Amino acid sequence: MNKTLSSLVWLSIAVIGAGAVGGIALHRGESINALWFIAAAVCVFAIAYRFYAAWIAAKVLVVDPSRATPAERLDNGRDYVPTNKWVVFGHHFAAIAGPGPLVGPTLAAQFGYLPGTLWILVGAVLGGAVQDMVTLFLSTRRNGRSLGQMARDELGPIGGAAALIGTFIIMVILIAVLGLVVVNAMKHSPWATSTVAATIPIAMIVGLYMRHFRPGRVLEASVLGVALLLFSVFAGGWIDHHASLRVIFDQEGLTLAWWVMAYGFAAAIMPVWLLLAPRDYLSTFMKVGTISLLAIAIILLQPEVKMPALTQFIDGSGPIFGGTLFPFVFITIACGAISGFHALIASGTSPKLLANEGDIRMIGYGAMLLESFVAIMAMIAATVLDPGVFFAINSSAGVVGKEAADAVATISAWGFPVTVEQMESLARDMGESTLFARTGGAPSLAVGMASIFGSAFGQSMLALWYHFAIMFEAIFILTTLDAGTRVGRFMLQDMLGNIWPKMGQTSWYPSVLLTSAIVVSGWGYFLYIGVIDPNGGVNILWPLFGISNQMLAAIALSVGTGILIKSGRLKYAWVTGLPLAWLVLITSAAAWEKITSPDIRVGFLAAANDMADKLAAGVLPPEKVAVAPQLILNQQLDAALTLFFVAVLWIVILDMLRVSYRYLAGKPVRPLSETPHTMTQLDQAWVRH
Amino acid sequence: MAGIRTRLQQAWQLLRRLSGDDAYERYLRLYARHGHTAAPLSREAFFRAWQEEQWDGVKRCC
Repeated sequence: MNKTLSSLVWLSIAVIGAGAVGGIALHRGESINALWFIAAAVCVFAIAYRFYAAWIAAKVLVVDPSRATPAERLDNGRDYVPTNKWVVFGHHFAAIAGPGPLVGPTLAAQFGYLPGTLWILVGAVLGGAVQDMVTLFLSTRRNGRSLGQMARDELGPIGGAAALIGTFIIMVILIAVLGLVVVNAMKHSPWATSTVAATIPIAMIVGLYMRHFRPGRVLEASVLGVALLLFSVFAGGWIDHHASLRVIFDQEGLTLAWWVMAYGFAAAIMPVWLLLAPRDYLSTFMKVGTISLLAIAIILLQPEVKMPALTQFIDGSGPIFGGTLFPFVFITIACGAISGFHALIASGTSPKLLANEGDIRMIGYGAMLLESFVAIMAMIAATVLDPGVFFAINSSAGVVGKEAADAVATISAWGFPVTVEQMESLARDMGESTLFARTGGAPSLAVGMASIFGSAFGQSMLALWYHFAIMFEAIFILTTLDAGTRVGRFMLQDMLGNIWPKMGQTSWYPSVLLTSAIVVSGWGYFLYIGVIDPNGGVNILWPLFGISNQMLAAIALSVGTGILIKSGRLKYAWVTGLPLAWLVLITSAAAWEKITSPDIRVGFLAAANDMADKLAAGVLPPEKVAVAPQLILNQQLDAALTLFFVAVLWIVILDMLRVSYRYLAGKPVRPLSETPHTMTQLDQAWVRH
Repeated sequence: MAGIRTRLQQAWQLLRRLSGDDAYERYLRLYARHGHTAAPLSREAFFRAWQEEQWDGVKRCC
């Protein structure tokens, strides 16, 4: 009887899910209710988790709850600690969910709501969540070894080196693009800039409180910090209306970029307790709070999505970034669908905390589904805006024209009507001087969130909601920037330590200063170019980030596929092999276009040549002549970098295929590095309480 | 009523655990279980070491 009931429940979930997905796919009208998106996501994720993830755990990975995990065997009370599954889930989710799933879907909305939404649903279920879960499983079976170490142990030194270098470069690109998103959100906005700046002393106050005033009282300090953050949003409004204070925070993009670099350097060399740790507490609380609030508001309010399912920009002529639907929607939305970066977390802290292998499905697969859900909400927040407004905010001046009248004329001519008055009144409502060409995704997401929050909790506070949303995005972008610079510094110290051991000492100050400076100049360079680029920079940096993140995912899936084959599970190798093949296809296709396309908005080399020709012919306006040589060099560098990513990708794939072939042909391969089975002794009731 | 109370207590404990608010108490319990003779670290010294450890490696993602 129970079985019949359960079958009926799952059958109805399947029917509702199919209806919702079908509804958003086939709907062609003025607008569509956002609840359809929520229903589609909830049903698809529930079914995938209940059936596909359970099947992978039982049949493909053969998860064994009787096997002692590294946390149990190596329990040292510090990094290896058997931990309740909800606590591990919380830590794992907080670690994987960053600003990526908010920015990617916003940019990809230029193709319409449908391509991005479908890719988030399918990509997460068949790709991203599988990658996270398989990597978590493999690392758990190997005492919590990192992705790079596993690649070296199971495939060989080539795979290991590729994973290490790949991780370092992706970090540099990631920080640069996130830095650009923050700079674009603060540009000529005294309110946003002063609020974001205030987060720095607030984090320090929280850090000092936890360190000296009330040591270890994390929650108390965080409550204080969140209260101060909310106050800083109000105070920003006051500064914005203060004639002499507002000038201090009313800055050009380039000045702000220098500030962000100086901040990144300071954060990397400052002690963790003073800035990074307290900022992370604040950003985690803000993230969980705001995302829950957004989910509640969307469910209560059921806003109408006004963006069409598909726009004409699937042909590659999009104003936000150039490139056709295939492959660029899959590159633009990395986080939220499949993110290689997660493999670093899944082979880092989380496997050392797992009390039981039985928790792997919930933590590996489940946490990724929750992140995808965040991506779906970002897609909703971007598409509830009038499409004309969405394009006016996100299109750079280089594409639609510098003057407001030109921009609205261009955008309206595309079939997305918008007027100067409409944009001006919106900017006034949001407490900004202008919302034209605020590229990077953060401002349009903030306008979307403000209008959702505004209609749920009161229209009068739109400007406060807008700047709250900007602060919310900035605070965890800056956390990623701090943490990433620090990790980059550690990695560089580790690499240089092989040449000169003293450099490898993470506390030797000259080494700290030097490596931090190198890492900051690495991302600082790309940030600088992104800011001086009249086409907005996001157009260049975001695809580069997408390609590098997908490359890392392909490395993780290669390691997984290679190990499945080596463990004699060839018939199940498609579980990781299929998403791997798809990633290879999209990253190779995207890289090919980014290098060879004659369209100057897509091809790096075409853009470099075009600018060089114009420079030589003397047809560039004077302000462009000054920066043209740097932009040309940068486009060439980007082409080289893309080539490098794709080369690394193919080297790892071929290495995996070589190892698999040798295994299948009965030739010797590196043995599996899995630790032997030991029976768990843990009293489950104690851990799982 | 008692059920709700227990639930709330569990939620509060989960929050403290997730944020690390109870890290020192857990350390003291672990310390007692292992039967050390020397005095455990002070709250301040423990928290200092704990926080340094929290940030060793890739801890945040995109």
